[in-house]
Amino acid sequence: MSIATVFEIVLAAVVLGLAIWTIAVPETYSATVGFVAYGLLVALIWVRLDAVDVALTEAAIGGGLGGVLLLGAAARLRNADPTAVETPCKLVRLCAAALSSLIAAALVAAILLLPDPAPTLAPAAVAKAWATGLANPVTNVLMAFRAMDTMLEKVVLLLAIVGVWSLASDPAWGGRPGPRHEADPHGVLAFLARLLPSVGIVVGIYIFWTGADHPGGAFQGGAILASMWLLVVMAGLTDTPPVSSRRLRFILVAGPGLFLVVGIGGLCLGPAFLAYPLALAKPLILGIEVAMILTIAATLGLLLAGAPERSEQR
Amino acid sequence: MSSVTVFGLCAAAAVGLGLYGLITNPQPLRKIIAFNLLGSGVFLLFGIIGRRGAAAGFGNDPVPQALVITGVVVAFSATALAIALLLRLFQTAGSTTLRSGAPTGAGPDPSGD
Amino acid sequence: MSLARDMMTIVAVSAGAFFFLAGTVGLLRFPNTLTRLHALTKADNLGLGLVVLGLLPQAGSLRGGLKLISIWLLGLLAGATVSQLIARTARQGGPAP
Repeated sequence: MSIATVFEIVLAAVVLGLAIWTIAVPETYSATVGFVAYGLLVALIWVRLDAVDVALTEAAIGGGLGGVLLLGAAARLRNADPTAVETPCKLVRLCAAALSSLIAAALVAAILLLPDPAPTLAPAAVAKAWATGLANPVTNVLMAFRAMDTMLEKVVLLLAIVGVWSLASDPAWGGRPGPRHEADPHGVLAFLARLLPSVGIVVGIYIFWTGADHPGGAFQGGAILASMWLLVVMAGLTDTPPVSSRRLRFILVAGPGLFLVVGIGGLCLGPAFLAYPLALAKPLILGIEVAMILTIAATLGLLLAGAPERSEQR
Repeated sequence: MSSVTVFGLCAAAAVGLGLYGLITNPQPLRKIIAFNLLGSGVFLLFGIIGRRGAAAGFGNDPVPQALVITGVVVAFSATALAIALLLRLFQTAGSTTLRSGAPTGAGPDPSGD
Repeated sequence: MSLARDMMTIVAVSAGAFFFLAGTVGLLRFPNTLTRLHALTKADNLGLGLVVLGLLPQAGSLRGGLKLISIWLLGLLAGATVSQLIARTARQGGPAP
């Protein structure tokens, strides 16, 4: 047994232990912390599976931003009465356990019984990479071969933000999301919020730029930009914008909007929806990605900030 | 034992655990976490099948990878929406119970709606 | 030359792994928040620093080496800030430190 295999077994065991802890531990806060650790270790599994693009996304969004979201919710729900809920009876739990084990066993069987060699689209995706001029096959699939998925996913982000905003109470309608964060302006958090974004913005743009040829891309870069913005908000150096701001709304629709315009352009002038003309493929993809990284950063940050809670006048 | 088998077992177990937690845990926030666990297990299964399918010379199939990246972002936005709903429920009703006939603790919403 | 580089990597990364292990044991075993933070920062600063030092000879290019060093510096910055914040919260009002 090689060292790599031992490492993989230990990694899988720790991930599994954290998953069990997340489900079984009585306190919600501990479960949340367990889930954040789980998300970060799952990113390591993705590295072992040679999917570095996904590992970056999982670490930035699944572990990082998702962790902030869950921890924030757990902290705000701390005063919720835990006795108001009743655990289901033993029979229900037994049935649930049986059902879950059955599904897990079926999945294990499906994995072990995959035909060898398994079906794959990798050679096809790499063989057509010349058409876009990008060397990273994952970016090619995201932005060209399955561009429809990515465009609709931007629409999902937009719908989610509309859903979150519409949960505002009447006085806060169109106001600023989340509580106003106060922190010592000469404290260590304010210091970090002044120092780190200068580095973080460069790293975010670098990861976005390098995504053309190496692992990275608009999602990962956008998540880093969003976290930098949130850091500045949490340090009290700036406030969240009111959601009725037109400039903000323009940024939110820029990504899917440009995608749609290019798609319809392909339909009118070219062979099909989202068909890029060969000569313009790379500049078009780059343009869409620039609009997308702004949209992703703004949407992820605002999803974390939550529903509007303060009216604009105050 | 190859890495595909090891992580495949792990992913299947995560799906099972997530499903169990989703059904049995009464607290909504715990249900959301369990749902995310289930989702992460499903994403891992995608990655494992992509790894199995990658022919010599490719580390992993790029198509399932792209689907998983899209999926992670969609799962995050769904979680954010669910948490916003939960916080609003807590703000309005003063508790986070999902029972239909549950008595509301805090009375009318102080923010008024 | 290659042997010397590999030896340096093995020694430094092992030492770094030892500090991570010690830090984790301290995190689990120490009685209160401040002592746990002390253990954790040892793992962060020394452990990560030694692992990066050990990986530097294997980086291959100047760019790779600079990236590794910047990861260490960012880790130091984040670790120092977060432990300050946790310690301050623990001192003010939180559960007895």
